[in-house]
Amino acid sequence: MFYREAGQFKTSYAADMAVFPLRQDRIFVWLFVLFAYAGVPLLALFNVGPFGQDYIFKGILVPLLILSLAAIGLNILTGYCGQISLGAGAFMGIGAYAAYNISLRVPGMPLLFSILLGGGVSALAGILFGIPSLRIKGLYLAVATLAAQFFFDWVFIRIGWVTNYSSSGNVNAPKLDFFGWVAERPVDRYIVCLLFVTIFALLAKNLVRGNLGRQWMAIRDMDIAAEIMGIRPLYAKLTAFAISSFIIGVAGALWAFVHLGSWEPLAFDIDRSTQILFMIIIGGLGSILGSFLGAAFILVLPILLDLAPTWFGVHISVQTVTNLTFIIVGALICALLIYEPRGFARLWAIAKEKLRLWPYPY
Amino acid sequence: MDAIGPFLEILIGGLLSGVLYSLVALGFVLIFKASGVFNFAQGAMVLLAGLALVRSLDFMTAHAFPFWIAAALALLFAGAVMALTAYFAERFVLGPLVNQNDLTLFMATIGLAFILQGAGQIVFGSDVYPLNLYPTDAWILLESLFTGGILINKLDVWGGVIAGLLVVGLALFFQRTKTGRALRAVADDHSAAQSVGISIDWIWFVVWLASGLVALAAATVWGTKLGVQFSIVFLALKAFPVLIIGGFTSVPGAIIGGLLIGAGEKLAEAYLGPFIGGGIEYWFAYVVALLVLLVRPQGLFGERIIERI
Repeated sequence: MFYREAGQFKTSYAADMAVFPLRQDRIFVWLFVLFAYAGVPLLALFNVGPFGQDYIFKGILVPLLILSLAAIGLNILTGYCGQISLGAGAFMGIGAYAAYNISLRVPGMPLLFSILLGGGVSALAGILFGIPSLRIKGLYLAVATLAAQFFFDWVFIRIGWVTNYSSSGNVNAPKLDFFGWVAERPVDRYIVCLLFVTIFALLAKNLVRGNLGRQWMAIRDMDIAAEIMGIRPLYAKLTAFAISSFIIGVAGALWAFVHLGSWEPLAFDIDRSTQILFMIIIGGLGSILGSFLGAAFILVLPILLDLAPTWFGVHISVQTVTNLTFIIVGALICALLIYEPRGFARLWAIAKEKLRLWPYPY
Repeated sequence: MDAIGPFLEILIGGLLSGVLYSLVALGFVLIFKASGVFNFAQGAMVLLAGLALVRSLDFMTAHAFPFWIAAALALLFAGAVMALTAYFAERFVLGPLVNQNDLTLFMATIGLAFILQGAGQIVFGSDVYPLNLYPTDAWILLESLFTGGILINKLDVWGGVIAGLLVVGLALFFQRTKTGRALRAVADDHSAAQSVGISIDWIWFVVWLASGLVALAAATVWGTKLGVQFSIVFLALKAFPVLIIGGFTSVPGAIIGGLLIGAGEKLAEAYLGPFIGGGIEYWFAYVVALLVLLVRPQGLFGERIIERI
């Protein structure tokens, strides 16, 4: 009833090509952004409800934002360009360790630049491991990215220089000093992540709508046909690898600096890779919105499974919760692949379509 | 002469541990040949088979069954669990996904792997369970030739014997039985096989069952070596580079690829490791696979990949 586009005429190409062509969508998104930027910090300031606790920021919102960012990165590569990757965790690790080493070894380097340069190093590694994708594809490429995962796991553990010869392998992040403003409280950290995620999500959304994104999708849908149409696979695939690894690397640097603070190589092992891959399968391959939905689901599910039984007075051990999470996530992936291969994002789109007509059937 | 002794010992140990990778790779090849599915869940199947085996064995020995009867019953029970898994995988996961592209099927098997890991650990427990089916002591050979002789684990030899038996058995099954012929027909062309009256559902069930039983065989050896535990799932990932080197569709390729990887990574660890830091067997196999992919994407024994629009 309220979700109708009747009367909204588009008088320019720009209006026609807008990310959110419907006025209702725009209002909703602006309200959401306003809530995220102003509402949440205000609620935290006045200790309203759950927002008064640090846990909601440290345990849910900050990891959610960072993993969404990583999922956006992987979605560019796997969802848009069709190159499956099991090495997202390794590229997060490269971003994190590169940013760490840059801020450690280059005196006076601002933190923001070391995080971005960490992403840059990760992009270089992505290009390097993307080169095989020109000859091999599909399952074979999955093995190549698995090689990247295991190789960098080893680098983080065994090459002393990377961890600055820390005896335990643990490293500590530098102070979160952004040009004089130090992000210390959990709310500050949340704002930092939010800024990064907003900027990169906007960038990614516009990249995939543009020339480059169309090239990626053509390669994904049928690479040989795309090549015949004049798309250079070398350029399209390597840009996808580079940009995806850059975003994943930045997410990794944020994960290490902002979320963990002090971390060990295990933070970026193959579990992290599969976790991010699951996020985009569940959220929706080839959808920026889906990256957020998938990240939210994968992150919140174990927390819910942990909490829900206590509401009913049942106690479940940690191990059982882990295993239940395995089963639910696995079953959901199979079910989504069978019934809705484009994930939650597609379900959301279908719901909006229904809402346009509601309460009439058609 | 003194350098040859350790070299031979490392080589033989590596070859025999490579047999373990071959055992897992064999299960992959079976499923890939018959259905074109790249089965990420093979490692989870090894874990599930191992858990079913070791838990039922522990249960029966605790109830004073004689060891050999208990072992036989436990093997039967684990086989039944694998049959159930095969039915479940075919009926609910892969059956509805017929004619989807490779990547969708691959991702579905990742989902399946998680279901199997979770369900297996909820039903059978999630600790490390020691399994004692084979002798674990070692032989020392050729003491007269080399100082200290050459140390060979009996368990590894058992693994080799089992792998050999499996290959012979599978070859006979594929070449000599009616079901085996139907299997080869399905592998060749799904729709042509269907049109002459071969039931795809049944064939896929048989294939998943066969690779489940191969997983069980692998679980007996790996379980004895490491104890049945969750990390088996990750060790099973080593089968991927084995497949790349051997070729996805070749049973002998899986065996030879496993031997090459096993020997290669042990030798690299022993002779290259000191120069670039220890633990390189962690990634050696993958990097070798990457190089093979660049030069010969179909692997040593795989069929040539031909693409059409």
